[in-house]
Amino acid sequence: MRSERYIPYVLVLPSVVFLLFLFAWPLLEALLLSVRNSSGWTLEHFQRMAADLYFKDALKYTLLLTLTIVPLQVGLALGMALLLGSIAKGRDLFLYVWTIPLGISDLAAGIVWLAIFTERGYLNSFLQAVGVIQQPQLWLSYETPWMIFLAVVAAEVWRATAIVFVILVAGLQLIPKEYGEAAEVFGATPWQRFWKVTLPLLRPSLQVALILRTILALEVFAVVVALGGRNLPVLAGEAYYWYNAYQNPGVAAAYAVLILGISVAATLLYLRLMRTKQEAVG
Amino acid sequence: MRKGKWIWLGLSGALLVLSAVWAQQAASLLFVSTQFTPIEEAQRMRQVILRDFQGRVEFIPEDNAPFTNRILSEVRAGRVNVGLAGGLHGDFPPLVAAGALDTLDDVMNQLQNRRFSPTFVSLGKMGTPNQIYIPWMQATYIMVANRQALQYLPAGANLNTLTYSQLKEWAANVQRATGRRMLGFPAGPRGLMHRFTQGYLYPSYTKSAVTKFRSAEAESMWLEFKSLWQHVNPQSTTYDFMQEPLLSGEVWIAWDHIARLRDALNQRPNDFVAFPAPIGPYGRGFMPVLAGLAIPKGSPNRSTAVALIEYLTRPEVQVTTLVQNGFFPVIQVRLPDNLPQGIRMGADAIARQAQSNVALPSLLPVGLGARGGEYNKVFQDTFARIVLRNEDVRRVLDSEAANLRRIMNETRAPCWSPDPASSGACPVD
Repeated sequence: MRSERYIPYVLVLPSVVFLLFLFAWPLLEALLLSVRNSSGWTLEHFQRMAADLYFKDALKYTLLLTLTIVPLQVGLALGMALLLGSIAKGRDLFLYVWTIPLGISDLAAGIVWLAIFTERGYLNSFLQAVGVIQQPQLWLSYETPWMIFLAVVAAEVWRATAIVFVILVAGLQLIPKEYGEAAEVFGATPWQRFWKVTLPLLRPSLQVALILRTILALEVFAVVVALGGRNLPVLAGEAYYWYNAYQNPGVAAAYAVLILGISVAATLLYLRLMRTKQEAVG
Repeated sequence: MRKGKWIWLGLSGALLVLSAVWAQQAASLLFVSTQFTPIEEAQRMRQVILRDFQGRVEFIPEDNAPFTNRILSEVRAGRVNVGLAGGLHGDFPPLVAAGALDTLDDVMNQLQNRRFSPTFVSLGKMGTPNQIYIPWMQATYIMVANRQALQYLPAGANLNTLTYSQLKEWAANVQRATGRRMLGFPAGPRGLMHRFTQGYLYPSYTKSAVTKFRSAEAESMWLEFKSLWQHVNPQSTTYDFMQEPLLSGEVWIAWDHIARLRDALNQRPNDFVAFPAPIGPYGRGFMPVLAGLAIPKGSPNRSTAVALIEYLTRPEVQVTTLVQNGFFPVIQVRLPDNLPQGIRMGADAIARQAQSNVALPSLLPVGLGARGGEYNKVFQDTFARIVLRNEDVRRVLDSEAANLRRIMNETRAPCWSPDPASSGACPVD
């Protein structure tokens, strides 16, 4: 049957067409949009982006948020995934409860945390009821940007640790029990088993989780908008304002291309730093 | 044979679905609007305001940029789906410039008995000899205060003739008494703070918004506003709609668009008062907002669109629009006595603001087209740099004036009220 040779290609074709149509094409359009204006090729959009009032802060806060949130989430998720492994009874219950935030949209998560931190929010009501403060305290004000930053970190960790967790749980389940048992037989301590057996074998899952979370963290937007408005500018937010409020698609595309560039660089870095040898995967 | 039967069945099913979709599209009028984008307003538009219209209307609210892009690209492609376009005065210039809108002189003639405000009718011509849009509804920005704040009004101050320095004194008194900053402005990402600087602050202090952008008067205005800001709730930079902080009690005195204050006035009319914007050295700068209805060239069902315009400008529908969504009639109409108290308070404040002898109305930007957003950015950034970031006023005004000048020169937009008329692009002195 000659035709069977083509079947895999035919089966892959719809997804390739889909990707070309909905990813590659808009990507190309955005690239062109960022380097062209009515009179031809130009770097004007990038210059205006770099000269803008919010550019430096947006870049700074986006990178800072990524550098804070991603390690926190990976650490937390790893701990949670390992804990889950040693739970015998009610394991499914924990799994489901821990993944609930996965089902919540990022804007909704931002609004939930806003309801906590706002002047008449739950936090102030609680502190006032306990008697710690006499008057509502302002948490999310432009006068205290670090507090908005912490609120965003809290909301993001709460919201998106679950995705890292799910990937790592799946990865842990792929590791055959025999390795750990063999190490135990040779007298390895639990710490040594984690460090020398589990972690190296978990590397492919960690890589996926890190790449995914870093890319998503670089695109952070709705949570920040809900909690800080423009007081904590981020790159994706600036792209939105330039497209929607200032109606300048060129500068918006320049921001998008910048986010893409940073994401690609981060992904390449991860792929390089965490290269897995084929035999290690088993 | 079996297989063939299934295929036929599937095909005819698909055809049925397609024809149903097509039939619905052909029968209903697509009404795209930059107004009523909040979900509750859109629902009230669909379920209440449009309820008695004979004909099917699909009401789609859009943000300004997709609204413009959609109509422009449909008209360019020669496949127009939008039957009726509703927008603010300032949303239409890019469509007029591209020749994407039909003239509506015939519709205006049909509506002779409506008693439109003549100013609005002439604004609807957009500087051309023909009617481009039919006035739809109007709104403006006013002030609302919690009654608890009234006891701290400075001696001799009257709410209806409040000056900017009295407003500052008032907010300072409130802060002294309560320990909190209780004056609020909508300076959040979707707030309309830039309309305050463009249409209220600048005209009141300079009788201009563009020409005297970096004048000495503007410099002292910003210094004064910066000292007023000491008494402003710092959460203002996250407020989009002032009705929420007013209702929660975070803010006692606020300025905003009437539609973004209506929940406070409607829900607790006895707790709040509505009053006109403050008065500056040149008078009371304020900005009336006019929305209109236009028909794209090549609209698929013009007669239904005309019928809908006729419907929306009926006196009873104009009152329904006011009651439901807080936009005021553009025709002369007697407001019914059973109007909710909150709406009546808003209507009174608007009338006092517009009719006093110090009134200094200024238009929303005219002729900036797609650059309207960047024009707003100049005012937003100027505010953020001077007031929030403490930059030197003179240096900020000079550098932002360069941005303003670039926008004016690129669009070649002549000055609009209250700036004195110019022959070419509006100059920034």
